[in-house]
Amino acid sequence: MILSKKWLSDFVKIDASDKDFAEAITISGSKVESFRKEGDDLKNIVVGRVDFLERHPDSDHLWICSINVGKEENLQIVTGAQNLKAGDYVPVALDNSVVHGGKAIKKGKLRGVESCGMLCSLGELGLTAHDFPYAVEDGIFVLGDDCDKTLGTPIQQAIGLDDTVTEFEITSNRPDCLSIIGLAREAAATYKVPFNKHVPVVKTSGGDVNELLKVRIENPERCYRYCGAVVKNVRVKPSPRWMRERLRACGVRPINNIVDITNYVMLEYGQPMHAFDHRFIKDRTVVVRTAVNGEKITTLDGVERELNNTMLVIADTEKPVAVAGVMGGEFSGIMDDTNTIVFESACFNGPTTRRTAKALGMRTEASGRYEKELDPQNCMPALMRALELVEELDAGDVVSGIVDCDHSDKTPRTLPFDWEWVNRFIGIDCSKEEQKRILEAIDFKVEDDTIIIPSFRNDIVGKADISEEIARFYGYANIPNRPLRGVANGKLTETQQLEKLINDTLIGCGLTEVSTYSFMSPKAYDKICLPKDSKLRESIVISNPLGEDTSIMRTTAVPSLLEVLSRNYNNRNLKVKIYELAMQYIPRGTEELPIEKQSVSIGMYGADVDFFTLKGVVEELLYKCGIDKYDVEPVTDNPTFHPGRTAKIVVDGDEIGILGEIHPTVQANYAIGTRVYIAEIDFNSLEAKGNTKRTYKPLPKFPSSNRDLAFVCDRDIPVLKLERLISEAVGKTLESIALFDVYTGAQIAENMKSVAFNIRMRSPERTLTDEEADAAMKRAIKALSKIGIELRK
Amino acid sequence: MKQQLQAIKELAEKELSQALGNSDLDALKVRFLGKKGELTSILKQMGKLSAEERPVIGQLANEIRAQLETEIEERRKLLKEKELEIKLKEEKLDVTMPGERHELGHKHPLSIVLDEVKDIFLGMGFDIATGPEVEWDYYNFEALNIPPEHPARDTQDTFYITDKMLLRTQTSPVQIRVMEQKKPPLRIIAPGRVYRSDSVDATHSPLFHQIEGLVIDKGITMSDLKGNLEAFAKRLYGEQTKIRLRPHHFPFTEPSCEIDVSCFNCGGKGCPMCKGEGWIEILGAGMVHPDVLRRGGIDPEEYSGYAFGIGLERLAMFRFDVDDMRLYYENDLRFLSQF
Repeated sequence: MILSKKWLSDFVKIDASDKDFAEAITISGSKVESFRKEGDDLKNIVVGRVDFLERHPDSDHLWICSINVGKEENLQIVTGAQNLKAGDYVPVALDNSVVHGGKAIKKGKLRGVESCGMLCSLGELGLTAHDFPYAVEDGIFVLGDDCDKTLGTPIQQAIGLDDTVTEFEITSNRPDCLSIIGLAREAAATYKVPFNKHVPVVKTSGGDVNELLKVRIENPERCYRYCGAVVKNVRVKPSPRWMRERLRACGVRPINNIVDITNYVMLEYGQPMHAFDHRFIKDRTVVVRTAVNGEKITTLDGVERELNNTMLVIADTEKPVAVAGVMGGEFSGIMDDTNTIVFESACFNGPTTRRTAKALGMRTEASGRYEKELDPQNCMPALMRALELVEELDAGDVVSGIVDCDHSDKTPRTLPFDWEWVNRFIGIDCSKEEQKRILEAIDFKVEDDTIIIPSFRNDIVGKADISEEIARFYGYANIPNRPLRGVANGKLTETQQLEKLINDTLIGCGLTEVSTYSFMSPKAYDKICLPKDSKLRESIVISNPLGEDTSIMRTTAVPSLLEVLSRNYNNRNLKVKIYELAMQYIPRGTEELPIEKQSVSIGMYGADVDFFTLKGVVEELLYKCGIDKYDVEPVTDNPTFHPGRTAKIVVDGDEIGILGEIHPTVQANYAIGTRVYIAEIDFNSLEAKGNTKRTYKPLPKFPSSNRDLAFVCDRDIPVLKLERLISEAVGKTLESIALFDVYTGAQIAENMKSVAFNIRMRSPERTLTDEEADAAMKRAIKALSKIGIELRK
Repeated sequence: MKQQLQAIKELAEKELSQALGNSDLDALKVRFLGKKGELTSILKQMGKLSAEERPVIGQLANEIRAQLETEIEERRKLLKEKELEIKLKEEKLDVTMPGERHELGHKHPLSIVLDEVKDIFLGMGFDIATGPEVEWDYYNFEALNIPPEHPARDTQDTFYITDKMLLRTQTSPVQIRVMEQKKPPLRIIAPGRVYRSDSVDATHSPLFHQIEGLVIDKGITMSDLKGNLEAFAKRLYGEQTKIRLRPHHFPFTEPSCEIDVSCFNCGGKGCPMCKGEGWIEILGAGMVHPDVLRRGGIDPEEYSGYAFGIGLERLAMFRFDVDDMRLYYENDLRFLSQF
């Protein structure tokens, strides 16, 4: 909503700077987005008169003008415009002036003749022919009699381009403030000054409206009220300057007096108005009814629209004339030969209007207001104001009487005046009298212990709403700041602590946290070569996505990570290690919300990154989460991953995650020119299987015994198998077993490898003897030889 | 013999002064003081001396022995010091050469700010709650006083899954879920992802983060809202921070407000960051609407409360002077490694 300061002053006198006003009214509840003075981009432009003009000696189109700007000496200015004659009053941009668009004007020479400035067109003042219909757009703006022609007057002042325009952000609960009157009421209450209510007076020119217009509402639950009036002998012409000026200030383009009146009243009262040609209303009857499926209307914007039975139309006895509350029909619009018009001031149901406007894809100024539920009691005053303006502007002859088809509920709504509760609820001490004063300043009535709510405030339904009215005029700033009370016992849950631990661990491992979109393209499943029958392809699908790329909720974060890695690779980041605690969404049908589960998703590439870099991070993660017993099993059949370089982590028989090198095909799909490694570990499993509670183990009192053993075995035998057998054979004195070498080559038979371990044994009770250690080694060697693995000789 | 002893001493001292290391010193010690050493061998001749001479010479010999021993050890110490001195000189490094850094990862900037906010509220006695991102229309809208056709639905363009299931447009549905699950007093924040069908540009993203807050107890007033959130603002931006409440409208709170903090860049004088206003909006808040309390199973006559919502991206933009929201989700390491 845009507010004109001049217009506001019809209703309330505010003595404050524009900045102070903007701040004060923002603080009382009507938020100012911005304010500016019209014409403040124009500098040093004044009213001047063309005293005489002559052709430029060296040009066939330039004129040399002698311009009087109220100074002792006339100015010589060269212009290319052809619409001037001596005696014309014109805007003169003096030396060192600025015209619209920021162009600076300086004294100069045009084809050798000195020019001390420039004569301006409408465009150079930021205006159009809508603002001054008598002016030509492609010539100099010759001021008419509606302008101040005092020579030397700043142009803004002379033509009324000097209003202050304030733009408000009005919240959807306050459609009453989408009007000059509504904002004036708020301003008056803010500044504690009187609000000058205007009561329209219409003289009328006789006749009887009932003979010219009948109104029938077929759906009173969707049209609460319809007021209609008739104006005969319409004289369509431009509106006066003051009206054009105010409309322009409020961002509305002036058209002609009739259209301008409807817009003017809408802005002033917040009540949409519609005017249409009486001759096209068959049987002189307006019917407000539900549209018939397939019914068509061409709206004022020239578009033919098909209607259906969820929409409400204004019709005559046979066809729709307008889409109710949205837009009028083209054929019944005001034309040059229009003689008799109907003014409509009606009140339609919000949701109906909203649905209709949305279905037709045409949100208009009117529909935007109706959808917020307007006040049916505003229809009549607004219509009266329109008729008053018709008479004031001599736009036609108002026929006596108004057709008022009224189904609105006129019972005043009330609430108890519980001023003490308000004080308790807000935490203030505001007297009964002061609360009464505040409420009355915004047109509430307080009688004894009852508050009567004005009809235009249907947002007020309970005592909390009253408390807000009191609080905002008492001043939010005056509410005391009460410090925090009660016991502070905020604490992270165990799940949240584990999340924190995982974050800390992975960042400590050199991984950088990323934040990726939870939605993705269904094509991502193909890109990661997920089998067509994979359950992971069953995703939550967004019915109205922005585009295919963000149309489903992911069931795996692998594509998200690959996207990020690909982007980084593309940006020439040579080494990237990332992770995300990424949410995934597993659908459970339409009657249940999906399962939302997190995975610890890790991705990396780079020169010194390989499978074991990734595995090291995963091992660190498992260690920190307190999972020390797990199996690592090769995965050879996951098409996203390399068949020989992928493993799953199994805890107590349950798979909790996968890690491996990305399959070359997938890697190519993401256009990454280097090997990529990804792990995805289920967060819930980490939480369920892990144990982060630590207890202290006493430090060893006795020395350990260390032995190295190297075995030769088939290359395909996993190291973990050897490790397990050795551990078992050594028994409880085993403290640790560490692989320190794997060798294949000349000294070993083909297809065989040598695997060397360092084995450390210790007893908490005593120093182990060499004999004991050797015996343990013999057991290990025996255990392995049972399956044909021999000690390396 | 006296002369002999003196000669040995002089010889020993001369050799000592030329000794260059421990081995020289050890050899000297054996040569002069050892069992077969020169001094010992002289002493072995003591038997030839008269009874008067014997103690005199004996004493002299012992003195010389002690003196030589001391001198050897002194020489040893001196050499050690010299050796160390040379070693230290040799070990000199160019300390201006770069260090060997252990490469740590980086927390995402949104997480950095979120953790800070969480810490502040944990310290103020708030717990951290969560709720689903794929949510029922009921929780996201209807329970929050936003029935179908409510104009507020337009300002939050919603991604729908079905007529009833959607991607939450705000973290406020967690309010209802918490009320349903727990009894007052309640004091929680609920950070999380929210979704709106906005095309991506420098200030819009179809996915962003909010931090919801909810406090419910007997006798909670707007005065608590103000005091508590001022305390939050001061902890986030420093003690000198002031807050300003502007009336606003949210369907699920009444009264409602937006809260500005005095500009943390210019202190309120006006600068490009606060667009010359001296204030920066950081959150929306209000007293929980009685209807919302009722839907959460809480009697509004007995309890009252306040709620608030903070936009995380906005906080982070101000914190790090990030002017393009897309950077958060592009995850370019050149960006992330700056944090």
